[in-house]
Amino acid sequence: MRRVSAVNIAALVLGLTFLYLPIAVLVIYSFNASRLVAVWGGWSTRWYAELFNDAALVDSAVISLRLALASATAATILGTLAALALSRFGRFRGRLPFAAMIYAPLVMPEVITGLSLLLLFVAIAAERGFWTVAIAHTTMAMCFVTVIVQSRLADFDVSLEEAAMDLGAPPLRTFLSVTLPLIVPAIAAAWMLAFALSLDDLVIASFTTGPGTTTLPIRIYSEVRLGVKPEMNAVCSIMVGVVGTAVIIASLLAKLAGARGAAARV
Amino acid sequence: MKQRQRRSTWQRLAIRIPYAWLLAFFLVPFLIVLKISLSQTAIAQPPYTPVLDVAAGWRGVVAFFDALSLENYTLLGSDPLYVLSYLKSIEIAAFATLILLVVGYPIAYAIARTPRRWQAVLVLLVALPFWTSLLIRIYSWMNILQREGPLNDVLMALAIVKEPPVWLATDTAIYIGIVYSYLPFMVLPLYATLEKLDESLLEAAADLGCPRWKTFWLVTVPLSSSGILAGVLLCFIPIVGEFVIPDLLGGSQSPMIGQTIWMEFFGNKDWPAASTVAVVLVCLLVTPIVIYQNQAMRVVERD
Repeated sequence: MRRVSAVNIAALVLGLTFLYLPIAVLVIYSFNASRLVAVWGGWSTRWYAELFNDAALVDSAVISLRLALASATAATILGTLAALALSRFGRFRGRLPFAAMIYAPLVMPEVITGLSLLLLFVAIAAERGFWTVAIAHTTMAMCFVTVIVQSRLADFDVSLEEAAMDLGAPPLRTFLSVTLPLIVPAIAAAWMLAFALSLDDLVIASFTTGPGTTTLPIRIYSEVRLGVKPEMNAVCSIMVGVVGTAVIIASLLAKLAGARGAAARV
Repeated sequence: MKQRQRRSTWQRLAIRIPYAWLLAFFLVPFLIVLKISLSQTAIAQPPYTPVLDVAAGWRGVVAFFDALSLENYTLLGSDPLYVLSYLKSIEIAAFATLILLVVGYPIAYAIARTPRRWQAVLVLLVALPFWTSLLIRIYSWMNILQREGPLNDVLMALAIVKEPPVWLATDTAIYIGIVYSYLPFMVLPLYATLEKLDESLLEAAADLGCPRWKTFWLVTVPLSSSGILAGVLLCFIPIVGEFVIPDLLGGSQSPMIGQTIWMEFFGNKDWPAASTVAVVLVCLLVTPIVIYQNQAMRVVERD
């Protein structure tokens, strides 16, 4: 058995404390009864109650959820197709630029992605709003989906598919009855990541949105840039809860299929 | 694998649909940014000129190309505001990446050394904050770093400082925010290579009498170089263009380049200037991006 040294344990404890303490502080402060964020006025849930009376905020939350549903679904379909193309179809013309376009958006600064998409929408005179943001989020998220699904495809044996083909199954049939069941957990995990990315995005949405479509992060940003507010602590705590739960479910799904480490390779 | 067969319609669709999507929404927008960076700002809708007039036929095309100029680029090079903004972004990204490496390596190493069954849980714990909104994580630091916030409370209570120091609107706050937000991006690729490290190499070094710190430098670090490279690129590239962190935690005196693009676009409504700043930023980042792409393709495809 490996021995875990004291230095290693210290690194882990300090590292995880650093990662989680700020979030814990945020959640604790969201239950602060005092309007002055810095003064502790006892436990209270009043800021949560006030949230639901804030119609604009609820509207934004609904918009963000619809947006995340639409773009995560589109990104998952496109990203899975791209992953299949890259890892199962051998060499095809234009494969290298294709792969380059998949990996570049993963590190591209968001201001550039946002600006360039906005300029496209202006150039084609598209009316900006829900659908332009959905397209932008789909483009950003599909690359993450591709990487996750591709690493799952790389993990299992091509001979399974070849066996099906040798037994006379046409490619589509092989895909539906052999490949797809094997990669479904990775696809589910990728969908959730795409959902979380869309729900969280501020910069790209700010560029590509239009009047009437104010997403939750845009609303939160316009509130918090003026300073800390107790209502915002409550909204953020709810979002942390929702996303955290989704991620834990996603990783359990991924683990079921033994796709451990897929997210680590992103 | 299927070189001998002809591609089926389904396969061709599976390639063409995402390909077309990326061409339309990733490549073409870039070309448009490039074009607008060669244009001039105008009080019109859209707020730049020239606009390609297709109705004017060939003459329209000629007039269009004649009107493009490199003026924005010379302006950019001569204005210290822009130059300083680029320098500041690169400086912050470089130092922050170094801090991330120093902080992230021990964590990744420790995870790789724990018993197998714990590793998956620890990886999840490190990755989890990355999934929650960057905006929210930065906002939580606004809570902590404010003048009467918990950090100063603790420092005062421990009598480390006499006066509460100012954290917000300083570069220190930017560094804290960046290191905090990007830590998973550094730890996860490092862990992925450290996990595969062959322990018998470390035992061999120990058997031959090599001290542990020396084994670490001579064996562990070189063998994890691909993880170090991946982590460094995965952090450095996006940090250079970071907007949210410096905007919420930093001061207003010297903006990072992401803020400059934002300001030119939303504040000054100068689309050509914003595009020019963006094009130069991409040019600065193109080398690290290409190295990163090659690395990512090797890791995922393993052939």
